[in-house]
Amino acid sequence: MTYATKSPWVIHYDGSSCNGCDIEVLAALCPGFDVERFGIINTGNPKHADIFLVTGSVNEQNISVVQEIYNQMVEPKVVIACGICACSAGIFHDCYNVIGGVDKAIPVDVYAPGCAVRPEAIIDAVVQGLGILEEKSKALQEQKKGA
Amino acid sequence: MAMLGFLILFPLVVAGVLLVVRNNRARNAIVGASGLVIGVASIWLAVSYLGAPWVQFEFYSPTVDYVCMAVSVLIAVAILYFGIKYKNVWACVLATVQLVGSLVFEFAFAHGILVTEGLYLDSLSLLMAFIIGVIGSGICVYALGYMEDFQAHEPEGAKDRRPTFFALMFAFLSAMFFIVFSNNMLWLFTGWEVTTVCSFLLIGYTRTDEAIKNAFRQIIMNLLGGIAFLGALYVCAIQFNTLSFLEFLQIGVQNPTLVVLPVTALAFAGLTKAAQMPFHTWLLGAMVAPTPTSALLHSSTMVKAGVFLLVKLAPVMLVCTVPAVMVVLVGGLTFLFCSFMAISQSNAKRVLAYSTIANLGLIVACAGVGTPEAVWAAAFLVLFHAIAKSLLFLCVGTAEHHIGSRDIEDMDLLFERMPRLARFMMLGIMVMFIAPFGMLVAKWATLVSFADTGQVALIVILGFGSAATFMFWAKWLGKLSGIAAERENVETTVHPSEWIAIVIMAVLVVLCCVLLPFISSYVVEPYVYSVYATLGQDISSTNLWIASILTAFVVIVLFAGVGRRSKAKKADVYLAGVGRNNAERTFTNALSGESTASARNWYLEGIFGERRISPIGTAMCSVVIVVAFAASAVALPGLF
Amino acid sequence: MSMLAILIGTLAFALVAPVLGCLLAGVDRIVSARMQGRVGPPLLQPYYDVRKLIEKDNVSVNSTEGVYVTCALVFAIIAGGIFFSGGNLLMCVFVITLSSLFFIVAAYSTRSPYAEIGANRETLQVMAYEPMVLFMAVAFYLAAGTFDTAGVFELGTPVIATIWLVFLGFLFVLTIKLRKSPFDLSYSHHAHQEIVKGITTEMSGKTLAKVEIMHWYENILFLGWIGLFFVWGNPFSLILAVAVVLLVYFLEIWIDNNFARVKWQALLKSAWIVALVAGGVNIAVLTFLPYL
Repeated sequence: MTYATKSPWVIHYDGSSCNGCDIEVLAALCPGFDVERFGIINTGNPKHADIFLVTGSVNEQNISVVQEIYNQMVEPKVVIACGICACSAGIFHDCYNVIGGVDKAIPVDVYAPGCAVRPEAIIDAVVQGLGILEEKSKALQEQKKGA
Repeated sequence: MAMLGFLILFPLVVAGVLLVVRNNRARNAIVGASGLVIGVASIWLAVSYLGAPWVQFEFYSPTVDYVCMAVSVLIAVAILYFGIKYKNVWACVLATVQLVGSLVFEFAFAHGILVTEGLYLDSLSLLMAFIIGVIGSGICVYALGYMEDFQAHEPEGAKDRRPTFFALMFAFLSAMFFIVFSNNMLWLFTGWEVTTVCSFLLIGYTRTDEAIKNAFRQIIMNLLGGIAFLGALYVCAIQFNTLSFLEFLQIGVQNPTLVVLPVTALAFAGLTKAAQMPFHTWLLGAMVAPTPTSALLHSSTMVKAGVFLLVKLAPVMLVCTVPAVMVVLVGGLTFLFCSFMAISQSNAKRVLAYSTIANLGLIVACAGVGTPEAVWAAAFLVLFHAIAKSLLFLCVGTAEHHIGSRDIEDMDLLFERMPRLARFMMLGIMVMFIAPFGMLVAKWATLVSFADTGQVALIVILGFGSAATFMFWAKWLGKLSGIAAERENVETTVHPSEWIAIVIMAVLVVLCCVLLPFISSYVVEPYVYSVYATLGQDISSTNLWIASILTAFVVIVLFAGVGRRSKAKKADVYLAGVGRNNAERTFTNALSGESTASARNWYLEGIFGERRISPIGTAMCSVVIVVAFAASAVALPGLF
Repeated sequence: MSMLAILIGTLAFALVAPVLGCLLAGVDRIVSARMQGRVGPPLLQPYYDVRKLIEKDNVSVNSTEGVYVTCALVFAIIAGGIFFSGGNLLMCVFVITLSSLFFIVAAYSTRSPYAEIGANRETLQVMAYEPMVLFMAVAFYLAAGTFDTAGVFELGTPVIATIWLVFLGFLFVLTIKLRKSPFDLSYSHHAHQEIVKGITTEMSGKTLAKVEIMHWYENILFLGWIGLFFVWGNPFSLILAVAVVLLVYFLEIWIDNNFARVKWQALLKSAWIVALVAGGVNIAVLTFLPYL
């Protein structure tokens, strides 16, 4: 077992969207769902975060921002695309400046579709992400031992 | 006694030689060699008399008396000359008063008074001699390289006045030695006036309008002190028929009511020289001079003469209320207000100046409290302040010549641009304000002595003042420590003479911090014991040793631990956007343009600004001094 | 007070305090959650957090911030060792200030604008609470007759009897020292009232883990200062002291959950006024009372 799954700290970023999914992310972090039960804490700082919740699609303007936040996060890390725009750009797909889903910018580990995505779906996605986080964490430990 | 004579006369001879030597290399050789000789001689003197009580030397010479008088007259005439040349009325008036006063004194009163023991030494003088000899001559060596850069920055064809500069520096050292070894108060007074006029000439060295203005400010304030000193001499000669400092102190301790006026006057002289409020402006103004001058005035000479006199008077002040209250209040308030004002300054030299005045205030307050514990603390404050402050001044001077600014904000990234210098500067800063370094150990002893004597006001002042001290040093320290990217190292062109001086100061400061318990038992305690017949160390030796171990640890971390490459992957700083250049802290803003993130330190101008604090402090301290003089005049027997 | 006692005390503190500090932090988070109508994390959540941080990859903006943070941690441990081995209270105060300084310099050394804002605020916080902490030590000295914390066991009555005013003043600045809202200017545990992450913005992985552990040590030390007011010659007084400490910590959690962060002006002014009134008056009374 690694401790990564016991204390996943999240950071959220909203790309090109109607902001609906972002509101749902905040709703998921509200006391009602009490995600702190699972050790989840919202951080405003990529250097402290383990899980990156992205809502909205990626466009020419924000692609470098998404990539910057991802690069600033310390391994092991997991990316969750929240909402259909983040998964595949949704209704913004054909806009002139939209590139596509988040996976056009950075590797995505879990897709949580929905318009807007429900808080329960986000929490489910995070729980699924924890499995991936665990694998990545183990791999990093192996690598550290090997090095 | 030969050693004392040597220490007083040798720098004077060197000064004379330097006045006529115009060749650079010859000057370098002379200054370096004589600096070494003075340093070694003062260390030798300190070691050979280690732990000595009051040692008197039978030495009486009318020649010296006449020389002293001639020097006094010469000084007054010189001041008159400059006063007339630059049309400064106050300087002329005060110089005339002093000229007349000293002539009348010499021929009407002093002539019949014989001081058979002209010279003396005790552990405090030894400590001072060590400071003057080692730090003072270290600064002279530093000045070699500095003044070469300074001259190079001067406009083409400017007259090279360096011979005068170095001659004045050495004359200054000589006068300081004379002050700390003279038992004859008339000689002491002469040394006192020589330091005043030397610093007048050094401050005005650049001859800009500002420099001349500030030099006159200095001379006027210190002439006031000098006249007060002269007044004290009159009282001594008329009332007690003695000019021996020792006898005066003994009379004072036995009959405190008799000496109220002379002690108040001497304390006033000490306050002016130690740049206490309301006289703090002269030391701030002295910043226009080249940095070695500032270093000399702040650390080992001039202001230290003022606190030296006050610490000497401490046993009298323990029993003599009026001057004690004056000194305690002025010192305490100065410490508080100048620490506050230092927060609002971004000019490194002004921060150093305010910190000097504040620390002198603390020493002065300790002297006013006058208990053995307070004197113990004062002696250590003098020692650590002298070394750490000279280290800092030398570092700032060198940094100024290489980064082109003395603003703390411009010292950003100094850790990379001048890696060695930044570490020395950080060491100096830490010694000034943080445990376990010496300065804080001394402050600790101060706090305990205040608590023991029930000085509630001083405890409160010390609490708030120390908090302010933390603020202004910590933010400077932080600014120095920044690391961004591989910056160009610009310290390769620093003169070797500057490095030598800086390294000497750094090694000294570390040694003194680590060996603090030894210095306490072999230098400071003997003095305290010789004066009070009790010991003054109020911190247990175990705690002192813990402090010295921690000091060693911090120094090792600073010089060997930080700045090494580690295995960690290198990441860029988070700028909440897309970073462009990590070293320049530029990022892509919302309009796809480039923005620069900048962070300035906090100066809290609205709360601690000079304009707000300075008038309050000046007014309060002036009132205290005036009231004290009124009270002591009333106490003078036979006046009413 | 011998050097050996302090060494043993430091080692014991180094081993015991993180356990207690971790549990305290866990309780803190559960109690906070209950106050907000939530269940909250497991008791050992702070421990999991730190273990996770240690597992993270080793990344740093420069190689020196980690060294500074390690120094801060070491000095926090030494300060605790001095205190709990019965050493000099003032020495303890000075060493913990040295620890804060290293923490501040660590943040400055990263040269991140956000970390610098945090560092500036931390410096201001130190300036705000330092007078009261010094007055606390002096008042303790005047009341107990010694700076050594071991001296309390010689007393007939606890020092709280004579310096309750200082205790109240210290309680006020304790909120700053424990980094609780409304005085958590430099480093908040609540993301919603922080600019990025204040003083720890650039610290990650092991370095951040050290910071968390340092807070455990600090919290135990500061609560030890609180307990010191209530201990006297009677061995049962230790139980009373622990009870008071827990009560005080509960009070701090309550304050944390009920107040939003204030501006720095309010922090500085209120802390200094409290220090002046509580510290100044109490010390003056202690000093002059024997003469009345």
